[in-house]
Order: sequence, then C-alpha cells, then structure tokens
Amino acid sequence: MIRVHALSKNFNNFTAVDQVSFEVKRGEVLGFLGPNGAGKSTTMKMLTCFIPPSSGTAEICGFSILDDPLQVRAQIGYLPESAPSYDEMLVGEFLSFVAEIRGYGGKELRRRVSIVIEMTALGEVKEQLIETLSKGFRQRTSLAQALLHDPPVLILDEPTDGLDPNQKHEVRSLIQSISEERTILISTHILEEVEAVCTRAMIISAGKVVGYGTPDELMSQSLYRNSVTVSINGADPTQLLKDFNELDFVYSVERIPEKRQELVTMRLFPKNKESIALQLEQFLFAKKIPIEQFNVNRGRLDEVFRELTTAG
Amino acid sequence: MKGFYPIFKRELLAYFRSPVAYVFIIIFLAANAGCTFFLGNFYNSQQASLEIFFLFHPWLYLFLIPAVGMRLWAEERRTGTGELLLTFPVRLTTTVFAKFFAAWFFIGISLLLTFPMFLTVHFLGSPDNGPIITGYLGSFLMAGSYLAIASCTSALTKNQVISFILSVNICLVLVLLGWGVLSDSLNAVFPVWISDLVSQFSFTTHFDAIRRGVVDLRDIIYFVSIIVIVLILNVVVLESHKAS
Repeated sequence: MIRVHALSKNFNNFTAVDQVSFEVKRGEVLGFLGPNGAGKSTTMKMLTCFIPPSSGTAEICGFSILDDPLQVRAQIGYLPESAPSYDEMLVGEFLSFVAEIRGYGGKELRRRVSIVIEMTALGEVKEQLIETLSKGFRQRTSLAQALLHDPPVLILDEPTDGLDPNQKHEVRSLIQSISEERTILISTHILEEVEAVCTRAMIISAGKVVGYGTPDELMSQSLYRNSVTVSINGADPTQLLKDFNELDFVYSVERIPEKRQELVTMRLFPKNKESIALQLEQFLFAKKIPIEQFNVNRGRLDEVFRELTTAG
Repeated sequence: MKGFYPIFKRELLAYFRSPVAYVFIIIFLAANAGCTFFLGNFYNSQQASLEIFFLFHPWLYLFLIPAVGMRLWAEERRTGTGELLLTFPVRLTTTVFAKFFAAWFFIGISLLLTFPMFLTVHFLGSPDNGPIITGYLGSFLMAGSYLAIASCTSALTKNQVISFILSVNICLVLVLLGWGVLSDSLNAVFPVWISDLVSQFSFTTHFDAIRRGVVDLRDIIYFVSIIVIVLILNVVVLESHKAS
C-alpha cells in the first residue's frame, strides 16, 4: 500500500508539490488527476525515489522513501511519463535486461518475460527494435517492464497517453484485471479513464489536493448531477417548457438546440441535485408524451475538474 | 554490487548497436597509426619499441575519450531512460561504475586492436616486451582517467556537445600541467618544487614513467584515485541534479 504524508517539493522558489497527503490501499486504483504541471509527475517521481522530497515523507508497503529507497523501488513497478526505453534494444532483450536488474536469471527470467509479453500482447514485436515500434507498442513495452517482478505497487504515469481508443481500452482492461491484488496509482488527464478504471480519484492543482473521493462522489459535485435530458419528437417547445417549469421537483429547465428541426430537447435540473428520473417519467407517461430520448446525467467530471482546478 | 552486470552488459551492447563504436574504432586505429608513423617518424627512429606509439596517447585521448564518454549520462537524460534506470533497485554508485566500466571496456577493446603495432615491432626487431606491456597498461589506466572526467561532465548536461567540450578542456588542463614548456616558464619565476608539484597533477607526468617501463605504485595510485574520485563526484552531480 501507499501512504503519503505531507509530501512537498520545491524547485528554487517554485512549489511543485505542496503538503500532499493520501493513502492507497491494496486493491484500490487511485486516479491522479490534474492539469499539466500540477505536480502529478513530481509526486510520482518522489514516490519512486527518483527525486528526494523537500519535506514530508511516504511509505510504500511499509518502507520509507527516505530511509529505504532500494526496498521501495523493489516493491514498485513504475511506468515513467512518455514511456522511455532503450531504442537500440530489441523488445525481448529490453525486458530480459530489466528482469536481470530485478534479480532474476535463467529459467525464472525467461518465464517472467514470456508472462508479461503475453499479458501486454507484445508477442509479434518481441524481436523488433524498440526504435521501430509504434507508440502503442512502445507504451506496452514500458508497461510490461513495470509488471516483470509482479510488484505489489504500480505507479503509472499516463499509461494510455498517445494510444488509440482500442489500445486505451486494452490497457485499461489490463489494469483492471491486475488491480485486485495490487495497489495502483495512475495519473491521467483523460477523465473517462478515471470513471473506467479508478476506485478513487484525487484532483491536484498547483501542487495542492483540491478534490478527493470516489469518481461518483466527485461527480456529485457537478451542476449536472442528476439532471435529465429529454428529447421529444414534434412537441411544442413553449408548452413543454411551461409544463416542465411547473413541476415542483424541477429547479430549472433549459432548451438544447438540436440539428433535427422537429426534435425538441430539454435539460431539467432537479432541486438539490436529487434523482428525478422516476417522477419525470411518470409525469411524461401520464401526459402521454412520446419520448425519443431520455438521459440521466450522473454528473460531469470535466466540469468538476474545471471548477476545482481553475478556482482562485 | 547487485545490478552491476546487467547494466554493464547493456551499456556495452549499446556501443556496438550504434555506428559510433565502429567509427570510433576506425578513427582510433587510424589516428594511432598516423601519429606513430608520420608525426613520430617511427621508421627513422630506428628503434624496435612502442615508445613513439605511446608518446601520442595523451594527445589522442584528449579528443577520442570524451567522444566515447559524452553520451554516458547526457543521452540517458535526453531520452528519459535515466528515470527508468535510476528507479530500479540498484545503488546509484553501482550504476555509475557499471556504465563507466562498460565504456572503459570498450576503449580497452579498441586499444587491444592496435596489436598490429606490437606485431610490427616484433617483425622489425626484438623489442623489450616489458615497456610494451606497461605501456599498454598505463595507457589503459590513463584512458580510464579521461573517461571518468568525460562521464562526470556528461552527467552535468543533456547536451552531448557541451559535455564533450567541457571534458576536452578539463583533460587539456591536466595534460598541459605536465608539459615541458609550462614547467620551464614556471621554473623561471618560482622555485623548482612548485613546477614539480604542478606537474604531479598531470596525466603526462605519470604516464611518461609507465610507458618507459618504470612501474611506480604512485603512478598507478594517481590514475586509480582520479578515476575513483571523479566517479564519486559523478554520483554527487547526479544526486544534486535530481534534487533540483
């Protein structure tokens, strides 16, 4: 597990990470969110003992990053930002090199290398120079490297950066499939990723933690939480607007412009962000209004993100 | 020393995977032959020895060794692989020494490839093998000192050109300190012991003794301690870079 206590990092007069504290337990995937330059990578670099903190400390599986850096690194599988690897090596060679550094040899080394090659689907490029790999394969090679020693803690800095949607999906499924037994910290600025793989999310801005909770908890802060979008074919917009506004569970209504002329789409905001789907459905049913589309919004992470990271 | 061997092996492989290694070896051999035969007038010397061959090594190394060492750390920083390498469970000192020894080993191979010189003097006469062996040993040790400096300057920057220029200049000072012209002018102004002291810091002073076949422990200690001290400095440079 990861336990971070008041971790700070100053570069000259610039505070990159400011008193950050959090905890990630086994089986949890913590999504680390924030705009570029918010301090995500710096925090990760401190946790992997690449750079020392200015103050504060952290423990990885009980080992302190200050006193026991070698033990800490042995517990961590780390995918640095932009997935650096040695261009002049073959994929298989590179993975063997990392396995050897991690202390494996002979049969065990070959077994581990072939396991991660299988896991990350690198079989077809095993004998290829890393230099010649596409971005997706490069990223997966780096991910494979992080998984070699079956680490209890994974720290992944933007693991899906630069991948196409299919590859992103694969990497996410992979992360999900291995998350049960592990503690995973994953940084990203792709918000859908947080909803897809993370059990918890933490938003940092200018080095400070500004939001923390499950993705759902964060989304509940959104203005759009539990708002409902209804599309009705051939309705009279003015009448509909009036009807909706008269409903006592509705706080406000707005009309959303549609490309199709005959389609009328309205967004209804509930009072106190409560769930109104059922009541609204009953109302529409009673009025015999034929619904074309009906959408309940759980909240928008991007809006919460913007709200939290641009405030002040 | 856990992790030494895989890092050493990878580093050495990296030399031979790029054209740099082959270009270097060719230039190294050509420059050696050129200096010995043309600048040094090897045939006219009428001596079956490699003294002239070794005479030029401090000057050859001045440019060739920084060319080998300049990529050691600068490249890791430029491509970001340093972050990967330095987050493996390996001590930084081990990593620094492993990379250094790989580059040194590579230079050793290049030096061994000058064996036709050895064959030539044996063909032409019957040389004393003592100074030849100590000459090779001394040359290899001296190359190590140059390389340690190049490795250290390489850690200072991610730009290989800057790294190269820095190490050439530092090495140049260490060569010139033992230059006859300098000690003569120092002698004119200061007492003799000052120029002696100054020249004790020079590569050439210590190498000259070894290449003549005189193996003094102090000369060996000089080169070994330059290597160790500069590599420790290299570790400190990397540590402080990470901190800021």
